[in-house]
Parts: sequence; C-alpha cells; structure tokens
Amino acid sequence: MEHMGVEPGRLQFSWISSAESTKFVDVAKKVTESVQALGPNTKFKKSK
Amino acid sequence: MSAKIEAIRQIARRLLSEGKVDMVIGFRRGTLPMMNEPCFIRKAEEADRLVWDSHCGINLANYVTDRKERVAVVAKGCDSRNLVNHIIENKIKREKLVVIGVCCDGMLDKRLIASRSREEAGAEVDAVEDANGQVTVKAGALIWQAPREELLQDNCKRCRHRNPVLCDELVGEPVAEKTEDDYEDVKRIEAMSSDDKWAHFEEMLSTCIRCYACRNACPLCYCPTCFVDESRPQWVGKSQDPIDIRTFHFLRAYHCAGRCTDCGSCERACPVGIPVRQFTRKLNKDCEELYGWQAGLSLDQRPALDTYSPNDPNDFIR
Repeated sequence: MEHMGVEPGRLQFSWISSAESTKFVDVAKKVTESVQALGPNTKFKKSK
Repeated sequence: MSAKIEAIRQIARRLLSEGKVDMVIGFRRGTLPMMNEPCFIRKAEEADRLVWDSHCGINLANYVTDRKERVAVVAKGCDSRNLVNHIIENKIKREKLVVIGVCCDGMLDKRLIASRSREEAGAEVDAVEDANGQVTVKAGALIWQAPREELLQDNCKRCRHRNPVLCDELVGEPVAEKTEDDYEDVKRIEAMSSDDKWAHFEEMLSTCIRCYACRNACPLCYCPTCFVDESRPQWVGKSQDPIDIRTFHFLRAYHCAGRCTDCGSCERACPVGIPVRQFTRKLNKDCEELYGWQAGLSLDQRPALDTYSPNDPNDFIR
C-alpha cells in the first residue's frame, strides 16, 4: 500500500491477544495519534 | 528458429500418435504480425500448424487449468514456472502433463516494434524477421533493423529463467542465464515520496478501460468467480472512477503475491499499454528480499505465503 502512495503510518498492523487489554489501549492511542497527524484521507474518495 | 519448430512438431506428432496425450497446446501463427495465438492440437496430422518464433509471449500455462485430459504444453522458462505453480496449487496433476520445454531467447516487444515502426516508417508493421541477433521489420515501404536485445520485452530483458525448470521433452540448447535482477525499476518508484508515488500510479492507470485483459491473460487468475465480477458481496467498485481502477489493480497484484513469475502476459495483453508489472514486480522483489523466494522454481518447496517459519520478518506488526 505504501508503495502505491498511501502515507506510511496510515495502515498499521498489530497482533493483540484478547488478554492484552493494556496493549490494545496503547495501540489504539498510537494509531489514532499517527492518523490524526496525517489528516483526512482524501485519496480514497471517489471524485464524483 | 526453424529447427525448434521442426522439433516441436515432431514431438507433438509422436506424443499424439503414440496416444501419450489427448491434446498438445502450442502456438500457431496469428492473423496479424507478432500476434501468435494459442493452438490446441488433437490429431497428429494437425501438428504442422504449430510454430515457434519470437512472438510466443502468451503464457500457455493459462490453458491447462483444471484439464481432465492428458495434455502436452509447449513451455518457455516462465510457462514452465507457471506449470510448477499449477501443480503446487492442485490445478493440474503432474501425471496428466507432458511439458515440452523450449529454451527461450526472450520474446520481442510487439508494442515497442509497432511504435518504432510508426515513428520511423509512419506505417504499421507488415512483417518481422529475426535472425542472428538482428531484427528486420518491414513496415509500409520501409525496412528498419535493430539488434534483438534492444527490442525484447522488458520482462525478457530481466529474465533469469529462460530455460524450462520442469520438462519432459527439451527443445533447443539451454541458454546462458542471468544471475541477478537489479529491480532498478521498482527501486526508482520506492525512492519517490508518497505523493509522487500516488501521482505516478494515477498517471499510469489513467488510460485503463477495465477490460480485465491483464487478468484473463494471467495463468494465476483461475478463480471460478473473480473478485471483480462478484456482486454479493461487491468487493470492489465497478465504475471508471480512478480509485475503483486502482483498487482493482492493486488487489489483482496482491492475488499474485509470491506466485508471479514475471512472464509479462498481463502487460502484453493490455490494449492500452499500461505497465501493470510495476505492481507485481514490487511484490516479487519483496518476496525475494524477505523470504528468498521466487515462484515456480521447484515442486518440492511450498510457496512463501504458504509456510511459517519462526524467523519470518515481522517488523511491520506492532
């Protein structure tokens, strides 16, 4: 996806077990922060 | 070249008359220059329709999918790798298959020859001759020449597996193989910024008419219902909107991850000349760098995406 021009950080992968609630919170925070920093994704909108 | 044709016909005749196979799949001359087409021979006396020259770019592995009869296939290096893929993916049984391997010198780029003919002669190509490393093109009133190496398809210039990796019959003498692919084309795109990458592919795909010729020509694309044709659920928009076009192209490429042999059929089939290999080449490069994997080289190895090893790279998972 990044090769195609999607900004690094917009697409993220994590492996979180159902027992790892704190990791889930941490990852969710990090993901929202990094995506907010990138701003809205206008590239994936249809033009018409 | 004609020695190879004679050898292919002889093998086809023998296999059919001895009843070893029910059908031979090879090439016959097309109605237009540089457009050889697949040919299905069921009787020994029809074997003379088979040809071999520098325009046999179509991947014949595409035509053996799920065949129940015993077939013999004329296979270049890349076709043979796709046959290996097919066997590994259970799309054909090894014992139903006779591979007539042909040592390949690379195929000529029909699009390049056509555009140069238009430039140099202002005419369409009437005939192409290929002898002793020199290609002679007759276009209208003019004849022009160029070294063969210059006019090869891009994937053939980069090819590292011209000799068949799997064969029961061998036509021609094995040729010297390149040892490395520098992936210079992929690296050039990797070096761009995200916005430039996006713009590059936007420009590249702007002429796509979504005819799906690239998919149809690809031996890897054999799903009974392709994701683009499915409407319940509809995986991808069917419009001509740039994002729908792009979604089709990158999903198609993903389906070829770890399977693509860079045979160039997709690019050859594209009616508007989009270099669609740019997507699959990136995946090939990744597969090679991350897993040391090239598709279709051996029957004994499972594909990269089909195996797990504790030291698989996983930096991308946080």
